[in-house]
Parts: sequence; structure tokens; C-alpha cells
Amino acid sequence: MNKLETSSLYQLTMVRFRLLLREPEAIFWIFIFPILLAVGLGIAFRNRPADVLPVGATTAQLTQALAADPGLKATTMDEAAGTHALATGGILLLAIQRPDGVAYKFDDTNPDARTARLLADGAVQTAAGRRDAVIAANEPVHETGARYIDFVVPGLLGMNLMGSAMWGLGFSIVEARQKKLLKRMVASPMPRWQYLASFLLSRLLMLVIEVAVFLGFARVAFGVPFRGSLWQLGLLCVLTSLAFSALGLLVASRARTMEAASGLMNLVMLPMWILSGVFFSATRFPAAIQPFVRALPLTAAIDAMRGNMLQGMSLGQLIAPVGILLAWFVVPFAVSLRIFRWR
Amino acid sequence: MRDGLGSQAAGAQATGPALLLRGLRKAFGDVQAVDGLELEVARGECFGLLGPNGAGKTTTIEICEGLTPPDAGTVELLGMTWAAGAGELRQRIGIQLQETQFPDKLTVEETLRLFRSFFKRGISVDESIETAQLEEKRRARVAGLSGGQKQRLAMACALVGDPELLFLDEPTTGLDPQARRHLWDLVDRLKQAGRTIILTTHYMEEAERLCDRVAIMDHGRVIALGTPQQLIATLGGEDIVEFAVGGSNDSPVSEARPGAPAPSSKDSPVSKARPGTPAPSSKDSPVSKARPGPPRAVVDAGLLRAIPGVQSATVDEGLHRLSVTELHVAVPRIFAALRGQGLHLSEFRTHSATLEDVFVKLTGRNLRDE
Repeated sequence: MNKLETSSLYQLTMVRFRLLLREPEAIFWIFIFPILLAVGLGIAFRNRPADVLPVGATTAQLTQALAADPGLKATTMDEAAGTHALATGGILLLAIQRPDGVAYKFDDTNPDARTARLLADGAVQTAAGRRDAVIAANEPVHETGARYIDFVVPGLLGMNLMGSAMWGLGFSIVEARQKKLLKRMVASPMPRWQYLASFLLSRLLMLVIEVAVFLGFARVAFGVPFRGSLWQLGLLCVLTSLAFSALGLLVASRARTMEAASGLMNLVMLPMWILSGVFFSATRFPAAIQPFVRALPLTAAIDAMRGNMLQGMSLGQLIAPVGILLAWFVVPFAVSLRIFRWR
Repeated sequence: MRDGLGSQAAGAQATGPALLLRGLRKAFGDVQAVDGLELEVARGECFGLLGPNGAGKTTTIEICEGLTPPDAGTVELLGMTWAAGAGELRQRIGIQLQETQFPDKLTVEETLRLFRSFFKRGISVDESIETAQLEEKRRARVAGLSGGQKQRLAMACALVGDPELLFLDEPTTGLDPQARRHLWDLVDRLKQAGRTIILTTHYMEEAERLCDRVAIMDHGRVIALGTPQQLIATLGGEDIVEFAVGGSNDSPVSEARPGAPAPSSKDSPVSKARPGTPAPSSKDSPVSKARPGPPRAVVDAGLLRAIPGVQSATVDEGLHRLSVTELHVAVPRIFAALRGQGLHLSEFRTHSATLEDVFVKLTGRNLRDE
């Protein structure tokens, strides 16, 4: 046996690594699930040619005028049928011929309906003989990096790092405590810090595989851009994983049962799933709760990753989210070392 | 290659006791788990803490192992204290806890390799596997081991550091008789190789079989201390006779008992438990349980003590318990005496005196009454 193999830190780390790889469910959640999610979202939000918007009109003449715009698909219907179609989502807008002109019925909170209103009015006015005052030409651009999939991949990466770090640490520790294995370990000459360090080390080993598989897939399948430096992105992933490992350690530091640990874990993670901007921008939440949203580790992680991947920002420009992540690593780690229950 | 049984360090600087406890106290809430314990265990000795559940055995052993801090008192192991020598002590002692579950998905070899890595010196993983007789299970996962094999793995984990002092907390609890014997053989070999072993158990025959000296514990105190033979000798006789008599007018007593546990005791109220009968039989013995039944007559203890060969007599819920020398001579005399009183025997049995009888004599309770 060589020196490495007899080192307790190496053995502890390998044990963690082996136990994880022998858990088929863990493999699914860590490797397969984020890819499935990315595929699903990629399909649902793929960029199609601009949608043709369905609209209705009360007279055949009006229908003809609307149909002149390629962005609209017009159908003739009476007002009652049109109102019903509006209510059930069959059409986005109903153009009604009135004695003094045209009235548009549509939901003004729906962006698509508002677009339909603009197109329909343009078509009706043009049909009535309006001339454009300024000549305008369209030059369509389909930029990668501005698509939904580009937005959501860093979000999914952050969410995945959170889940695997917290479950990986929290559950294993509470299980070991419940099975009195923790007590058996401290009854041996094992240095205690090595036990906790082995979790972080095995987590970092897994991280390399996890991040490479997921981002590699996103790159190949969707052409997601990497505009920032890759090693800085790697560093952000490590920092994110450390912060959530520390949080997982904190959650697991006192809990005696799996049920208690699960409850705590969900309590910690649920607000972040909702608030941290995995699927949509966190800036959509009211200004009043923004300071809270910004302070969450997942918000910081995702902001930093989006900054790096989509905007090509360097670590120097991401000092705020990086600082928040560092704080989330140091404080929970220090606290859990103090309050950790070894038996 | 050494056989992994004997400790290299044992005997090297073997002076002074292996374990010394003075005035040890520990309370959990208002339960005084350990109440002023004094013990001294010599090097090379196999020492047993025997007592019912809740007697304070595990608390005591965990204080010795440095896992539980005592409220008061001093603990010295191999001449060191936990406060001053924790790092070195952990290297020199081996511990098997009562209910450790090793990770299900690790193999026997991986588990041992892990524990071996914690010790600066010790036996090889191969040696520990050989000692615990787990060669065939080397690559098996822990989940696939039987109870006895898991317990031997726990033992192997305690042995990888080649400890001078070995703590075993209820090593055979929950094992079937065969697995228990297997483990006893292992402890026997460790003992013969000269290691100091401290074990807790609530099986008296385990203590009798394995231990050089035994401390019987109850309510956190040592109530008797000595070799198993010395302790049994305090009973005065080497056999125990237990019997109950029905009143002269309720005749077939043995059939009228509701809730009689075993048909055998119904069919043959007179039975002789042979020495060395495994624990469960005496555990399940109807005698040890108070239960509803027709009233039993009580024979005057003075009359019983007057029978030659009867050393002592006690009565508990109608069950008479006599400590007897020269069983073959005493029994006919007892029969004759009872016949002379016009009493019918409803139960009768004898067995060689054990530590259990010592415990019963000292506390009036059975070891396994919980």
C-alpha cells in the first residue's frame, strides 16, 4: 500500500465518493435530472419563427383587411361568438365593425394581445388608405445568448449545485448520526476535521463531473454561449458548491432524524427555488423584498454565473455576488463547527 | 505474519492497572446512571460488567471510552487520563459500540481499510479479516452480512489498531446462539493472546464463560465483585432447587394455570435444566415471571433450611428457591419433607448455580426483568 492509500483523509473521501456512486437515485438527481430539465425547457421555449396571432373580426371586409398582415390570422365571427372565443383563448383580439369606426376587444395585460392590437390597427388603417410618414425597413436578428435557454442554463446549474451539495452533505451526516456511525468514528483516532473535510473534497470531485456533463450538454445541444473566462466560471461553481455544502452542514449539525433534516432542508431551499431567479429574473419581485432576494446564496450564485456566461463579466465585476457567496460559506461553516453534534 | 490476536504493545510496559475508576458519577436528568463507581482492572484481564438493562453498564463503559464526560470521579486508562492523553489513548484502545451500523454499501474490506487508516500502527486489513473469520465476506457489502457477521466486523474494526485495551459493549446482544458461540470463541482467542478486555453483558453465562472477573452492577453501583466462581460460592451451594407447591385441596395445579407460556412446563412440571443450557431457556422459564394462577402454598423457610444440604431458602410469590449442596442427596430429602407436610409439588426444577442466581439473591430480581 502506498502512502496515499493509508492516509485517513484519502480513505474518508473515497468512502464518500463510493457511497455516492453506489446510490442510483443520487446519480439520477445529480446527472440525469438537470439534463432532462434543460431538454424539456429547451423544447418548450425554443425560438420559433414569430408567432402568427389568431384574431377575429365581425365583418368579411374587416377580416380581409386584417389578413393582409402576415403576422395575423383572421376569422370572421359574430360578436357573441367572438367574445366567447376571446374568453377561451381561441383568439387574442376581436375587431368589431361599428357605425363610427372599429373597436378592438382584447386583454391589455397580455403582451401577445397588445401586439395583436398594434398589428390589427396597422392593417385596418392601411386598408383604409393610411400612408406611412417615414419609410421603415426590418432587419431581424437571432442572437444566441438572448434566448430563454441561455438564460435558464445558469439558473439550472445553480439550482443543481445547491441541491447536490445540501442533500449530499445533510443526508449523509444525519444518516451517520442516526446509525451511531458518527459516534463510532469519533471513538476512533480519526481527526474530526477530516471527516467534515472529506465531504467537501468528495463534493468537489463530483462537481467537476457534474458541471462538465451539464454544461457540455448545454453547449452541444443548445449552443449556449460561454462569454466569460472558463476558469473563473469553474471557480464560481466551486464557491457555490462550498457555500451550499456549508449550509447543508449547518442544517445537519444538530438534526437527529432524517425527517427533521428533510424538513429543515426544504425550509431552507424552498424560498430560493422561488425567489432566486432560476426560471425567470429575480428582478421581477417587488422592490421591498429585493434586499432579501439579493442576499440569498442561490441568487448570488445564479447572478454571477449569468454574468460570466452571458455577459462575459470577470470576477472583478462580480465582486458583490462573490462576496455574498463567500459570506455564506464562512459563516455557516464556522457556526456548524461550533454546534456540531457528534453523537 | 502474526495472527492478529495478540497485541504487540501488550505486556511491553505493562505496569499498573489497565483501567482505574474512582468515585465515578453520571446523571442524566434525575436518573443517576452511575452512582459512585470504583473499579480496577489489571492488564491482561478479561473483565465483565454484568447487570440488567438500565444498570449503568453502557454509561460506565462510554465514560471509560471517553465518549461521555463523567459528572464526578476519575478515569485512568493505561495510566493516562482522557484530559491529558486523548490522542494517544484513542490510538491504543479498541472500541466496539452497542449498535453501530456501518454503511450498507461499503464492503467488509473497504470498511476495515477506512478504520485501519485512522491508526498509526496496527495489524493489516487482511489480518483483521482473518481474525474475525470474514474471509468469505471480504468483498460482500455490509448490507448482505448476517447479524453475527456484522458484529464480527465491528469487532474487526475495534482490532485494526492492535489495541492494548479492548472495550466490547454487549457484543452478543441480539445474536442467535450459534453466532454468539462463534463470537465467544473469538473473544476467547483474543483473551488467550493476552489483551485486556472489558465487556458489558446482561447474559450471565457469557460473563461466566468469558470473564476472569465480573462486577455485577445494579442502579449504577457495583453490588458484587469477584471471579464467577467466587461469586457463585457466596450462594453457599453449587445447585439451585426451585419448586412450588399447591395447597392440599387443589390437585392438578399444573393444568389450571392460564397463560402458562410453554406446553413443556405443563406436561412435565418436574424438569431438570442441565448446566450450560443456553440463556433463552432460562429466560423464558416460567419461574422467572410473576403471573396469575391459583394460589400457591408457602412452606416454612425454617423447615426447609433444616433439611441437610440446604444452605439457604427464599420464597418469592410462592416459588421456593433453595441453594443446595450435594443435589443427589438433598433432593430426596426435600421430597420427603414436603410429603410429610401433605403438600403436592406443582413445579420442580434444579440447575447448577449461576451468576443469575447471585443477582437474584442480591437484588431479589431477575437479570432480565425490565
